[in-house]
Amino acid sequence: MNVTRGFTGRPRVDNPGLPPGQYDTGDDWPVLSAEVTPDLAPADWTFRVDGLVEAPRTWDWEQAHALPASAYEGDIHCVTSWSKFGVRFGGVSLDAFLEQVRPLPAATHAVAYAHTGYTTNLPLADLTGGRAWIAWEYDGRPLPPEHGGPARLLVPHLYFWKSAKWIAGIRLLDHDEPGFWEQNGYHARGNPWEEQRYSGD
Amino acid sequence: MTDTFTPPTRFAVPGRIAVSNGTAGHWQTATLTEIRRETPRAATFRFAVPAWAGHLPGQHLMLRLTAADGYTAQRHYSIASAPDDSGHIELTLDHVEGGEVSGWFHTEARPGDRVEVRGPLSGFFAWPADRAALLVGAGSGVVPLMSMVRHHRASGLSVPVRLLVSARSPEELIYAREYGAETTPVFTRAAPRGVPVGRMTAAHVAPLLDAAPPGGWEAYVCGSNAFAEHASRLLVAAGQPVDRIRIERFG
Ligand SMILES: Cc1cc2nc3c(=O)[nH]c(=O)nc-3n(C[C@H](O)[C@H](O)[C@H](O)COP(=O)(O)OP(=O)(O)OC[C@H]3O[C@@H](n4cnc5c(N)ncnc54)[C@H](O)[C@@H]3O)c2cc1C
Repeated sequence: MNVTRGFTGRPRVDNPGLPPGQYDTGDDWPVLSAEVTPDLAPADWTFRVDGLVEAPRTWDWEQAHALPASAYEGDIHCVTSWSKFGVRFGGVSLDAFLEQVRPLPAATHAVAYAHTGYTTNLPLADLTGGRAWIAWEYDGRPLPPEHGGPARLLVPHLYFWKSAKWIAGIRLLDHDEPGFWEQNGYHARGNPWEEQRYSGD
Repeated sequence: MTDTFTPPTRFAVPGRIAVSNGTAGHWQTATLTEIRRETPRAATFRFAVPAWAGHLPGQHLMLRLTAADGYTAQRHYSIASAPDDSGHIELTLDHVEGGEVSGWFHTEARPGDRVEVRGPLSGFFAWPADRAALLVGAGSGVVPLMSMVRHHRASGLSVPVRLLVSARSPEELIYAREYGAETTPVFTRAAPRGVPVGRMTAAHVAPLLDAAPPGGWEAYVCGSNAFAEHASRLLVAAGQPVDRIRIERFG
């Protein structure tokens, strides 16, 4: 252990909800995106699921909202070291979209892409079983544009760069294909509990 | 299905700069050798990192402090120095009120102290000096941009570079003495006599875009989120293509 002389850190309470290397950002919600926040009206938003599926499909705002509502209440973790506790997102479970397109048995991975062109890769298993959402509400209000509004992907059990803002679609693949940050040195999966920050972790 | 998937919209992923997995994944000791005050709130910390693999201007690193009980705090910091400062790197830190890591640096740190770093990280905001660069920063957001300006100067490059930097006042302008003709400062609270006070506007951005070199600018925007939103919107409104604006937000 390389102790830093004179560093004690902030007084801390043992918080079992905090993954290693993270701190509680409290009420703050830092914005981290590499691109210009797009001007994307709900009426212009669409979401498509294709690739290795039986029936590729695109939903518009109304059609997506007609699916059964599903909420996430819990914590989120950003690779830049902050975690945010007890957040509430509203939207639709990704399972509801996948049910309609029917993934083929060969599908093992996905690339999620944004209306800006941002991409991120995920194992399909991280998107199913009630672990991923398309979210358009935060704390009961429309999701703000700088946080990905009108709609973002939400995969709260992974570092937040996986939860692509301004989500435009998900393509199912039979192989893993690194996305934007993954090509820039980030970890392929990004599990905060295992501190999978950079490739090689 | 084996072809590479390209999403329907373009995005500013540059000719990708390989980030070495080895250096990104490995912590190394950095020894503080010098502290230089820049402004009342910001200071530059120079470190010896003998095995530093080098970086491109614009890249950042992850820095880790460890308490005696094993508690660690890690934060991202942009690299301020030019790449050719071999075996040494410099960081410039704002003293954030109540800040855990910047607080230690500004109140405790002294030459000889050791911290841990891993990096360089992220090729996205890096400038490989291959295209004309329009740099727009505020506060400590000027740090990665200064690495670019220093590199440009130290290597005698001819590719055009312009820096538009916003600070509260001349006293709070980081690296003030080092700027040359490439830089236009913007002061939001207090300015020297004859210089207007106020935030960055279209009037600051338009002349730079009008004078864009053939092939246009690659724009690099860095600072707080509020500044990044404001500045990137000004650039878009002035005609800079969205897919040629890279943004680094300090949170
Ligand atoms: C890519 C990148 C590059 C960066 N480059 C630079 C750079 O070159 N220079 C630079 O100065 N910064 C840079 N930053 C910002 C830097 O990473 C840190 O966020 C900054 O130094 C603040 O860290 P800190 O530990 O001092 O403050 P923190 O302890 O993280 O506190 C930040 C704020 O939250 C408040 N706070 C949070 N938790 C608590 C708590 N429990 N109790 C009290 N207050 C709390 C603090 O009062 C403070 O206002 C960069 C960030 C990124 C993402």
